[in-house]
This record gives sequence, structure tokens and C-alpha cells, in this order.
Amino acid sequence: MTMDATRYEDGSISYPGHPRGPGGANPAETIDLSEYTAEVITWTTSTATPPGVREPNHLAIVEFDVDGESVRAIGQLTTGDVETGDEVKPVHVDELREPGAGIREPESQDWDGYRFEPV
Amino acid sequence: MERVAIIGASMTQFGQREGEWITDLLAEAGIECLGDAGVDADDVEHLYVSNMASGEFEGQTGVPNALAHDLDAMPAYTQRIDQTSSSGGAGIYAAWQSVASGASDMTLLVGGEKMTHKTTGEATDVIASLTHRAEYKTGVTLPSFAGLTARHYLERFDAPRESLAKVASKNHKNGVDNPKAQFQKEVDVETILESPIIADPLRLYDFCPITDGSAALMLCPESVAKEYTDEYVVISGIDGATDTHVVHEREDPTIMGGVVESGKGAYEMSDLGPDDIDVAELHDMFTILEFLQMEGLGFAEHGEAWKLVEEGYTERDTGELPINTSGGLKSKGHPLGASGVAQAVEIYEQLMGEAGPRQVEAETGLCCNVGGFGNCVITTIMEAAQ
Repeated sequence: MTMDATRYEDGSISYPGHPRGPGGANPAETIDLSEYTAEVITWTTSTATPPGVREPNHLAIVEFDVDGESVRAIGQLTTGDVETGDEVKPVHVDELREPGAGIREPESQDWDGYRFEPV
Repeated sequence: MERVAIIGASMTQFGQREGEWITDLLAEAGIECLGDAGVDADDVEHLYVSNMASGEFEGQTGVPNALAHDLDAMPAYTQRIDQTSSSGGAGIYAAWQSVASGASDMTLLVGGEKMTHKTTGEATDVIASLTHRAEYKTGVTLPSFAGLTARHYLERFDAPRESLAKVASKNHKNGVDNPKAQFQKEVDVETILESPIIADPLRLYDFCPITDGSAALMLCPESVAKEYTDEYVVISGIDGATDTHVVHEREDPTIMGGVVESGKGAYEMSDLGPDDIDVAELHDMFTILEFLQMEGLGFAEHGEAWKLVEEGYTERDTGELPINTSGGLKSKGHPLGASGVAQAVEIYEQLMGEAGPRQVEAETGLCCNVGGFGNCVITTIMEAAQ
């Protein structure tokens, strides 16, 4: 499994990728963020979660440094025992929330992904 | 270009409206607004309905046409405006465009939402369905975004947690004098800080409730307004803007680009600036949003809105810039499609001198309606007609 970010022709990177990047740049390649560690920018623990989502749900926005280019991602945390500035690594999970329990059509997207685990 | 006037406004009771559905709520506000403006239904040329998700909430689509029939406003042109939580503001923009362009000489805008029959989890999920697939599968909700942003703001700007509680306390206090607010009770800072955690560091009272309700405005060219009344309000500036769909892709999590850009556009159109605004309704779906909008609209420097709140700058009766005299979404409630319209109803009443115990001295007011987590924003500036 991979955690695919997109590098654009102008060198910038986004997760998730988009058909066009900053300034209208075209996608150039994908980068697997699961091979990198990241820094916690901010985090929260949600105790009022929608159908099919674990409760409590620990979430963070993290920032990866990919050869000098920063890219941020949002994801679940493996634990609520984190602080801003902690280093984390992506850990694959087969199902981040229960498909079909919420309003979104189960077939419209994938449901596996990565949680961030303190290093 | 002729100025666009608002000659009537209405708002239903916000709260839990058991047994009443979206078409009932829209009709109630629509009929009251027609009466307030003194306009016959068959004089309405365009009829807009701001609504985010009646299909998802209750399986009712086609609400603009249903409303035209219920009001006997046929053959008025109808259109539904969905811009998530800023559907109301987007409806004001659409209604303003319809009049300013000359396409309509009388436009009725009605915003509404029916939500409380769903559980909190279900309603939260309907709203969270606006997120990107990469966000949605993490279980992130709009309240979670608020928790993430609030922590970042408090840590970065060394702001006390109490400053957010003071926003909630202020808006609840204002809501006491709004008979149509969902909650009409004061809540002190201690109670807020001891309430259950919802999205750490934010607690129950940092969040607006789930609400049923509707609100409406009647818009027309200023020349037509004068045929109906000597006292009215004009929209002197309005603009809408977007920011990234994926929230974490924003360069600075404490800046909402849509607020900044729509504010800039509205100020430019009105030839006014932040110092000219006498009263404002900001989209306090979460307490942290009041800080971000104060800063994005130029009422405070970046990272310093909390200081103004601490100093009482935004208090209704004693502050230099009263914010959310209606009680805000926090106290008044947040029926998604109605909220942006209800913000303008409050500013209209303030500028007309009809706000009763909530009345402040104001000739110019602003409302800022935020969709998603700053994904799309409408800022409207209104002035008492001179």
C-alpha cells in the first residue's frame, strides 16, 4: 500500500493530488509519503463522531518534509498521547471507518489508509 | 448601476420545530416577509431558496417550486442555492445579482433547513459529506476541523483558552434578548470551560446547535423600494470567494482566504473599510471562527482578535464593535441554509432601528457567512438608506 501525494511540474507537492496544482501546474509524479516521517502541526480528539467512525477519534494535521518541500496531510492518530511537534510515521489500516455506515456511497471511494503513530 | 434595496425581512422561531418540515418553514418565513415588505406574491419576479441539504435530511427536493406554489407566487422564476453553510449568504448574492442585473424588479430570498429530526451524528455526517474523500474517510467532521484550528491558534498566539469561552458567553448573553433564538439563556465562562469535550480543546459550548428554521429578505431596485417605503436598507457591498476544498492544504491554518477575499471585495464595492462598520454578524458556528473572521475582515490584527474579545471590544452594549447582537449561530441556532439570511435579517433590523432590546447605534453593518470550514464565504455590507 502507498500514501500517494502528487508532485507538480513546479515542484510543489500536495496530498491528496489534484488535476491541477498551484498556478495551474500539471501533475508530474506521485510520491509515497508512507516512506517518510512527519511532524504534528496540530491535533484533536473528537468525542462526537458520525456513524461508522471510532469514538474517540484522534486526528492530526501533520507535515512531511520531502527533500526540502513540505506537504501536509490529515489523518487519524494511533493514540491520543501526542503533542504538537511530535514525530510520527504512517501505519497502514485496512478500514479507517465503516463503509456504508455514513451518508457517502460506499463504492464512491476507498476506505483504507494510514494512521500516524508516534516514532 | 442602481443600488439594491432590502425592503422586508423575516425570521421564524429557530430551534426544534417538531412536525414541521422544510416546505412549512420556508412558507412561514416567506409569507411573513411578503407582509413585512407590503409586496403581493404575484409581484415577486424571482424567488430564491437557500438550502443545503433538504434531499439528504428529509428526502424533499424541488423546494423552490414547492415554495412558489405555497406562496402563490407563480410564475416567478425559482432557483435553489446550495453553498453548504454559506447557502444563505450565497442566496443574498444571487438575489442581489438578479436585481442589480435588471433581471428582476422584485426578488424574494428564503433560506431554511430542517435538521433536528436527525441524530447529532447523522446531521454531522450530512455536513461532513462536503469534505474531500481523503478527509472523509478519516472521520473528520467540521467540529474536528475547529478543534484542530483552535489548538493551533491558541498555541501559536499564546491565547488563553478562556478567550474562546468568552465568545460563547457573549453570544449567549446577546441571545437572551432575541425571542427567536434557539437558546435564550446566559452561560458563564466557567460552565463553558467545564462542559464536555467535543473536539479537544473545544467543548460543548464552543459549538452551535443543530437547528430548524427559516429566514427571508425582499430585495428590489432602490427606485422600486421608494414606491413601497421611505425606510429601507441598501446592500452597498457584497462579494464571495473560495479557499481550498482540502482544509490542511492551506498555507496558514489560521487564515481563511475566502473571508479575506470576500471582505476585500465587499469593502471595495462599498467604498468602506473595517473602521466604518458599526455592527457585525459573524459565522460563529464554532467560537474559533469568530476570531478568524475578525482578523480576516480587518477588525483585528492577525493573531490578536482574542485580545479584543478579552477587552470587551465586541460586547453589544459597551463595545466599540458589537459582534453577533442576534446571539450568533451559537445561541440563535444554525439551520444551515437559513443562517446567512438570518444574519442579514439581524443587520437589517439593527439599521432600521427595529432590534428592540438588542438595538445598537448603527448606520452600517456587515455579515460574513462561512461555508464548509472556510471553503466558501460571502461577505455583505449593508447601510441604512440615506
